[in-house]
Amino acid sequence: MSAYPETVAEIATALAKGEFSSVEITRHFLQKIAAHDGRLNSYITVCEEHALTQAAAADTLLQGKVAGPLTGVPYAHKDIFCTKGIKTSCGSRMLDNFIAPYSATVSERLDAASMVLLGKTNMDEFAMGSSNETSYFGPVINPWREETVPGGSSGGSATAVAARLAPCATGTDTGGSIRQPSALCGISGLKPTYGRVSRFGLIAFASSLDQAGPMATTAEDLALMLNVMAGFDKKDSTSIDRPTEDYTRTLNDPINGLRVGIPQQYFSSELDADVAAPIRTAISELEKMGATCIDLDLKHMHLSIPAYYVISSAECSSNLSRYDGVRFGHRCSEPRNLDDLYCRSRSEGFGAETQRRILIGTYALSSGYYDAYYRKAQKIRRLIRDEFQNAFANIDAILGPTSPSAAFEIGQKLDDPITMYLSDIYTTAVNLAGLPAVSIPAGFAEGLPVGMQLIGNYFAEAKLLQIAHQYQSTTDWHRLSPPMQSGVD
Amino acid sequence: MEWEAVIGLEIHAQLATASKIFSATSTAYGAEPNTQASAVDLGLPGVLPVLNEKVVEMAVLFGLAVGAKIANSSIFARKNYFYPDLPKGYQISQYDEPIVTGGCIEIQLQNGKLKIINLTRAHLEEDAGKSVHEGFDSSTGIDLNRAGTPLLEIVSEPQMHSAAEAVLYMRAMRRLVRYLEICDGNMQEGSLRCDANVSVRKTGDLTLGTRTEIKNLNSFRFVEHAIQFEIDRQIEIIESGGNVKQETMLYDADRQETRAMRSKEDAHDYRYFSDPDLLPIKITDDYIRTTAAALPELPVQKRKRFVEEFKLTPQDADVLCEDRAVASYFEAAAGESMGNARLCANWITGELFAAINASNLHIAASPIAPKALGILVSRIADDTISGKIAKQIFEEMWKTGLQPDELIVEKGLQQVTDDSVISDLVDKVLKDNPDQIGQYRAGKSKIFGFLVGQVMKLSNGKANPKQVNDILKKRLNSEIN
Repeated sequence: MSAYPETVAEIATALAKGEFSSVEITRHFLQKIAAHDGRLNSYITVCEEHALTQAAAADTLLQGKVAGPLTGVPYAHKDIFCTKGIKTSCGSRMLDNFIAPYSATVSERLDAASMVLLGKTNMDEFAMGSSNETSYFGPVINPWREETVPGGSSGGSATAVAARLAPCATGTDTGGSIRQPSALCGISGLKPTYGRVSRFGLIAFASSLDQAGPMATTAEDLALMLNVMAGFDKKDSTSIDRPTEDYTRTLNDPINGLRVGIPQQYFSSELDADVAAPIRTAISELEKMGATCIDLDLKHMHLSIPAYYVISSAECSSNLSRYDGVRFGHRCSEPRNLDDLYCRSRSEGFGAETQRRILIGTYALSSGYYDAYYRKAQKIRRLIRDEFQNAFANIDAILGPTSPSAAFEIGQKLDDPITMYLSDIYTTAVNLAGLPAVSIPAGFAEGLPVGMQLIGNYFAEAKLLQIAHQYQSTTDWHRLSPPMQSGVD
Repeated sequence: MEWEAVIGLEIHAQLATASKIFSATSTAYGAEPNTQASAVDLGLPGVLPVLNEKVVEMAVLFGLAVGAKIANSSIFARKNYFYPDLPKGYQISQYDEPIVTGGCIEIQLQNGKLKIINLTRAHLEEDAGKSVHEGFDSSTGIDLNRAGTPLLEIVSEPQMHSAAEAVLYMRAMRRLVRYLEICDGNMQEGSLRCDANVSVRKTGDLTLGTRTEIKNLNSFRFVEHAIQFEIDRQIEIIESGGNVKQETMLYDADRQETRAMRSKEDAHDYRYFSDPDLLPIKITDDYIRTTAAALPELPVQKRKRFVEEFKLTPQDADVLCEDRAVASYFEAAAGESMGNARLCANWITGELFAAINASNLHIAASPIAPKALGILVSRIADDTISGKIAKQIFEEMWKTGLQPDELIVEKGLQQVTDDSVISDLVDKVLKDNPDQIGQYRAGKSKIFGFLVGQVMKLSNGKANPKQVNDILKKRLNSEIN
């Protein structure tokens, strides 16, 4: 047993009571990282010195009784958020040398809450991937089984939290990148409503879909983290000027009378039977707690993967044009001329998957194909959004599996992009519609975690976290952690 | 064979905002390279554009001034292409739904006739940086100070038919944007520049010929020369049996010729799509109404009013209305001139312009206030001083900034208008010049002028010349009889 508590809520309470200091708990996590991360590869950068300095400052606040709710709590930060003075690689060789002269708004908010940055976590390159295998810094290991992937793109954050190398982490979710790795690693992860968390300083993959959110072991911890991360930001025009709430306030409210929609499309033939079983058990669990489950027919769901891959790739092809070797990032050696500079800098700087997405997106936007791909995908996006809106007229949340399978083996899908893309079959529609959704542990399939996804209406984060917390109050899946091979605990 | 040129212009007007279109960086001209380029202007990873609301107000003002339709909702689009001075690899512009659609502007042709040029649209976009080729050996320097500077691109219909007409249109547009105070119109600094689309066809043909686009013309002279060169080049190609190729051209000012930059085959596919980082620009009818109320009197209206209200010649009205500050100066001066507006106009376009040009000043910085000039003019009109004395006083006013009445009194320069005083002077001159009187009577009428001059000299230039004329003539004639 660890001498230290594992959840954000418990650590925060203990810090406030002075049971241990922020420096002590920070040192504890740094030691665990040192012991295990050589194998797991969940961090790209570990900020030991920086973390201990922040922890010491947090301790001063705690001693002075002027601390906030999360003062001194360590966290891991996906390496997609710019952090002033600390390398932000986005999992790419292109940005292996990039140190931003500014911080993302999310980074600033976490700093302002006096949380302690342990390090920057590994991720699929530019957040493009569902297995964390596209990272320039090598694949991340799923701590539940060495041969399997943690999911992606926030795979480093998911593994770090699952292996208890951090009590919580940030992630970003463009098509499932918080929820799918959370599911595969047996942790909780929330993708908020589009516009709820600022995108400023978050390196863009697909601007109209990207949304940052928290990853942790419990729904309560997600609520605590979201309290810090959410809020309007005038530096992001797509951020929504609407007051935030205390997301912990309704966690303990009972869920009797709750109406939960179960879309038949989420239980189709693509779903592994051993994933379906725990989800069905979870449904009965919620019904026992007083929820009413209603069958739902989301007819356009099957269009979400093609629409998502057209739109996200189109936006990425434009967003990634700035990496041209001219002002920052990787530049090829001794370019012969301008075309050579562009061509070699980008060919060397970007990995295969990133290049594939740029090519797909460039094609989808090019003259003569725009109507057939991009415009059509936008129409589908509207249909999906409308379909969800109609559904939410009668229900409070939609429930289903987060991913069609549990963690798959490293290398298994890497050479088969279509199969890989289908890992996101249950998650991308949520991004297309801009809705919030949470993934929480709901059991195991042959020893590997299974995640349950709850989708809410716009700004229904508190409702989703309430359902998740109530479920976690009667189940133990979220408390289980993978056995660690060796270590200091 | 008779040929007709068909010309349309895309004018880029740099909007006169203090900061850039999507960042808070200053737009001031002439700073050290890359000192006015923030993370947003540099297109660093993760940064986001935030629209400067002032550019919307300026675009709406422009739209209203040309009688265009202002879109209640318009969107920004990304125009994707690679260029070293384009930091993001795309330019934020407007494509499908521009903020301003339609509208027109009136130009006056050399023969005095008025012609309406219709506009297709005007849209907001950001400028790129610039590449610097000098001082970097075989490399190229990039200066991103200009990146993100707000531009209003004003696209005309292809309704001009000569290089001269295109220049008149561009002048009218420059006058308008300066009136609206949305652009300083400084072409040397690139605040106003244009691309010209040029084609030729047989006179009477309805279909358009193949067009070429001449990029980045930044003076009226270049507009005229480049278009004329291009018209001649195209006619020559067609007359010698060739076909004009659709190309993008550059104008080489040193050689005074246009040259192909890239052909249609190399044309970029800009892959326009709406920018997901920016929300649509929403403009309410209320906002349009409020902005309309702030619209100043436009040059065309002002010119018409000056002719009617102040009885100016159309030429004078033109000159005075070219610049809103000059027109305001004139109106303020005319208001103090006791109804002598035309004389005011003469003094402004004559003495004042000469003085201003000689000192390289803007009219707003003139040491002679408009009211003071109006009073000076009224002193000429009410015969307090002669025109000649007025010029002396004008010079003193320019040097000292004193009021005309102070100078007239101080220097004793009031005009002598007393008939008896003038008669005495005339008599003295006649007495002193008996020979000249004889010559005059013998028919040498030129002597009259000499005698007037003598009287004026005797009065130190202060005698009213008209009265001197009358009295002298009367005396000479009476003595004949």
